[in-house]
Amino acid sequence: MKTGKKFVFRLIFMLLFLMCISGLLYAGGSQEEKTESAGVEESETVFRWASKTECTNWDPHATNVSAHQAFQLQVMDLLVDYTAELKLRPMLATSWKAVNDTTWEVKLREGVTFHDGSPFTADDVVFSLKRAKDPLSEMKSSYAFTDVVKIDDYTVNIITDGPNPTLIPSLTNAVMVSKKWFEKHGIVDLPDYKSGLESYAVTHAMGTGAFILESVEPGVKTVFVKNPNWWGLDVYPELNHNLDRVIYTPITNDATRVAALLADEVDFVLDPPIQDLARIDNDPDLKLMQVPELRTIFFAMNQKRDELLSSNIKGKNPFQDVRVRRAMYLAMDHEAIHKAVMEELSFPANIPIPPGINGYAKDLDEAIPEANISRAKALLAEAGYPDGFEVTLDTPNDRYINDEKISQAYVGMLAKIGIKVNLDSQSKALHFPKITGRTTDFYLLGWGYSVLDVINFFQSILLPDSPWNGSDIDIPEVTEKIGRIQRELDNDARDRMIREVMETIVNDQLFLPVHHQIVVAGMRNNVSFVLMPNMLFRFADVRMD
Amino acid sequence: MKKFLIEHIIDTDFFYQYRRSPRVIVASSIILLIIFSAVFAPLLTPHRPFDPATLELMDSRTPPFFQEGGSTTFLLGTDDQGRDVLAIIMYGSRISLIVGFGSVLLAMVIGISIGLLSGYTGGWIDSFFMRLADIQLTFPSILIALLVDSIARVLFTGSAQDEVAIFILILAIGISTWPQYARMTRSGAMVEKGKDYIAAARIIKVNPRKIMFRHILPNIMGPNLVLATLGLAGAVIVEATLSFLGIGIPPTTPSLGTLIRIGNDYLFSGEWWITIFPAVALVILVLSINILGDWLRDVLNPKLQ
Amino acid sequence: MIFYIGKRILQGTVVIVITAFLSFLLFNFVTDPVANMVGQETTAEDMEALRERLGFNDPVPVQFVRFMGNAVQGEFGISYQMQRSVKSLFRERFPATFELVMVSTLLALVIGIPLGVYTGLHRNGKIANGILGASLIGVSLPTFIISILFIYLFAVILRWLPPFGRGDTVAIVGYWTTGLLSISGLKSIILPAFTLCLYQLALILRIVRSEMLEALQTDYIKFAKARGLQNRVINYEYAFKNTLIPVITVLGLQVSSMLAFSVVTESVFQWPGLGMLFIQAAQFGDIPIITAYLLMATVIFVSINLLVDVIYYLIDPRLRVPSSSAAG
Repeated sequence: MKTGKKFVFRLIFMLLFLMCISGLLYAGGSQEEKTESAGVEESETVFRWASKTECTNWDPHATNVSAHQAFQLQVMDLLVDYTAELKLRPMLATSWKAVNDTTWEVKLREGVTFHDGSPFTADDVVFSLKRAKDPLSEMKSSYAFTDVVKIDDYTVNIITDGPNPTLIPSLTNAVMVSKKWFEKHGIVDLPDYKSGLESYAVTHAMGTGAFILESVEPGVKTVFVKNPNWWGLDVYPELNHNLDRVIYTPITNDATRVAALLADEVDFVLDPPIQDLARIDNDPDLKLMQVPELRTIFFAMNQKRDELLSSNIKGKNPFQDVRVRRAMYLAMDHEAIHKAVMEELSFPANIPIPPGINGYAKDLDEAIPEANISRAKALLAEAGYPDGFEVTLDTPNDRYINDEKISQAYVGMLAKIGIKVNLDSQSKALHFPKITGRTTDFYLLGWGYSVLDVINFFQSILLPDSPWNGSDIDIPEVTEKIGRIQRELDNDARDRMIREVMETIVNDQLFLPVHHQIVVAGMRNNVSFVLMPNMLFRFADVRMD
Repeated sequence: MKKFLIEHIIDTDFFYQYRRSPRVIVASSIILLIIFSAVFAPLLTPHRPFDPATLELMDSRTPPFFQEGGSTTFLLGTDDQGRDVLAIIMYGSRISLIVGFGSVLLAMVIGISIGLLSGYTGGWIDSFFMRLADIQLTFPSILIALLVDSIARVLFTGSAQDEVAIFILILAIGISTWPQYARMTRSGAMVEKGKDYIAAARIIKVNPRKIMFRHILPNIMGPNLVLATLGLAGAVIVEATLSFLGIGIPPTTPSLGTLIRIGNDYLFSGEWWITIFPAVALVILVLSINILGDWLRDVLNPKLQ
Repeated sequence: MIFYIGKRILQGTVVIVITAFLSFLLFNFVTDPVANMVGQETTAEDMEALRERLGFNDPVPVQFVRFMGNAVQGEFGISYQMQRSVKSLFRERFPATFELVMVSTLLALVIGIPLGVYTGLHRNGKIANGILGASLIGVSLPTFIISILFIYLFAVILRWLPPFGRGDTVAIVGYWTTGLLSISGLKSIILPAFTLCLYQLALILRIVRSEMLEALQTDYIKFAKARGLQNRVINYEYAFKNTLIPVITVLGLQVSSMLAFSVVTESVFQWPGLGMLFIQAAQFGDIPIITAYLLMATVIFVSINLLVDVIYYLIDPRLRVPSSSAAG
């Protein structure tokens, strides 16, 4: 019996041993691959960075998330972009002029090639812009042109249906792709991403940009390599970066992200958790950089439905009454959120438009009412809800700085005036469809800007048919005014109308603004970075010593 | 001389063993203390951490009283919503214990019923249920709990989730642990089945259900109690794990595991009390239950007497 | 022997089929798969047409067969959250989990067995009791708490080891990536593997210890001692070998258990394996991934149990004697 057992043991150990040996042989056999991807040559300058939100879809027209665009524009150039001082800078478009009321003539940069060597021409511009306006494109409401026509290889005409002074700035997030590349990979037509197709464009992209997208491993790592032939290196000396390779790692867990920076696993973290900023600041090898972002965080509620989806009030919608909205706003303690949730890294707001955007009204923004619980309760009672009511608040938990915490804090504040809120906290991928799909009663949103004009907000959020008008705001006078603003060429008249709409927003309490976001990034001392207020930063601005 | 009930209890061998083991006295006292503070939490603390209307955001992230910046109003400090840590440990233990006891109870009800039926009746019923138990035992119970929990969450999407979360967890953990009770009960039942008193009951045509539940059951509860005690520790840990992963109890009415998760974000920035105190509470609770369970197993094991 | 193995295989297959059916129900009926596929503006007629085209109106058995056919090839559709095929996601993540579990098992054995022998031999020694006490704590501390403490200590305070991720990986043989061939990869795997192995380590330690204690009581050991054989010979040649049997049988359960606990460890350490994929899917409600994971776990566990049964059968001669039913 013992001999039998011994034999079996010997057999098993031998098998294990053989497995190990063969494993090692395999590994040894692929030494060549090892040098290729495991290591990085000593002389290479590698910029390693991390953030919470990665680009989950590299198809530029599949999503309208500025965090995704920030990635995409490293690889695919824009026609125009903004400098750090928010001035327009010609990129693939060298000049533009309005030939008449409905036509913009745009001249394109010559001698630019895509990463695969093919030339960049007007065909690619026509293709890129038209695809952006495809019915299935999430970017379609961002641009107000009706057609794009090729005039010659380096000239296009963009057709609008009326005078549109903000057309060119609105293109500051429209990346240019290669028509041939899309044709080659069979993704000319926008895939209906929900229909179960895994499109090549989700994890691959090619453009004319400063960096080549080498590899995408979603949830793990994205690697960019320098494009040595990038046209920008000659044209814009300020974009003369010294990076050879950029490695991005998404780290959703706050504590892990900060630990990575502290442990020198990464050189730069775009969004360290606020409570750890002091720690980063105190570290002798690290530094902080901050910029007020062009983004305002606010709560919004559905004002059209006759009965809310998630409330105990039947037969009527409390949010339709301005007194209810006002009461909810009076319950919001801006100071408490500013101090306790944001650690004073925010600009409390009274209007949902940030400073720096044309149309911003400082006097309106500074008139934040002090929190007043008793007055709020009185208003609620006056509106017919002396005992308050219940409702669900939808919030993302991975998009804005401390988004979930802000919502939680507000839940506590609303409880004080009798409104019992159920908090539904989800990933932005689930949260945003609730807004665009109109399945939410009450939600948190942070609206950012590509065009530095308030028309962006008006178009996207105040017009009845716009996907992002989750509140279903439908005020005919406002809609009509917005239409006029879009066509008005006289700046004074335009600004006057804008002011009127802003006053309506405040007086009718259409939204519950919280604050204008401030972005603070943490990085090693040897990193020089340009933090853009619209968060469309460039690797090409980065230098590492 | 007539004795009071309590004197009867003191006289038992069980209590004698209990007295002799200081470790177990400490452990069981701790458990009783935790249960007591969980049950009577509203009386023991002026804070109401589950009522958002009572919270002040400006109080958030206050350190414990012995650290600079702390105050005696919030003995162990506050979390990021301004909730007193000591109070929320008490209220959170409530939830952890409710889920723990609930799931053990559920597992016992299912397991013991099946075990009795299986062991007493025998035949194909026995084979069927034991196969079922075997099948489930191929999976680690935490995985089953994870799967049931995630599937149930999908079924109950939306804010209904908050209220239903406790029940989902009790269900998930209960389902994942019933086989051990079934097996234990079954072998016990099979042993008892052969004994004379059962044969006698059968002869006088006592209802089989009565035989199972009134005659056999009391005699096999011993080992089940041991399983239950250790099972309670396991259930508390599984619930804490699921909550920590974000698929358990939500943060509006947190359990100890959820609290640890919330506090984890603040650990590295120096606000250690939000995660450490609940973690210590959890560990002490589980350790005490384990010690008690181990001791029970030794005491009730006739072989070691 | 064939009969024994055959019975086990049959049982395993039944388990897999039942689980497959449950997965199928989950996949097709819990949420409307068609509604999840189409955009907001799709009309009801289009949805119905799509439903018909994709075969969702076919009788249930037909759909089930189709589901099984797809499942066998690894086709579970597209993940809702990540917009990529479940198959490629799984393929990408599997090596990470596999390596973690293997290294962990190795650690548990390599540390647990010698410690178990030691505490068995030195029954009342202080060190031995210290080790035993530590093992009790290892069993009582939840995995995630241990993980947090380790990260805090080794990555943040001491800065010896990386707090997350897998380090640099190398692609070998097709899609398989390994982190074991790079320094950063090796450093990255230490903390997660060690955390994962602790529970099993404590368990192995106790098993080996109690087996050693029992073996040392037996007659044949006493006789060997009486005969004057060296202690070393006694301890290793005779006592120790017998302790390996229960360890090996427990090994199978170990791997199963570790696969389950890897879900927690991977989440805390951001280890890009199947466990983390599953947790993200659970948080998100991503049915395709949950379903695929369920089936995959079933197949793995059934196989492991089958393997353990075979080994057990080979080792324990009692099982070769025909018996009416399995014990317990």
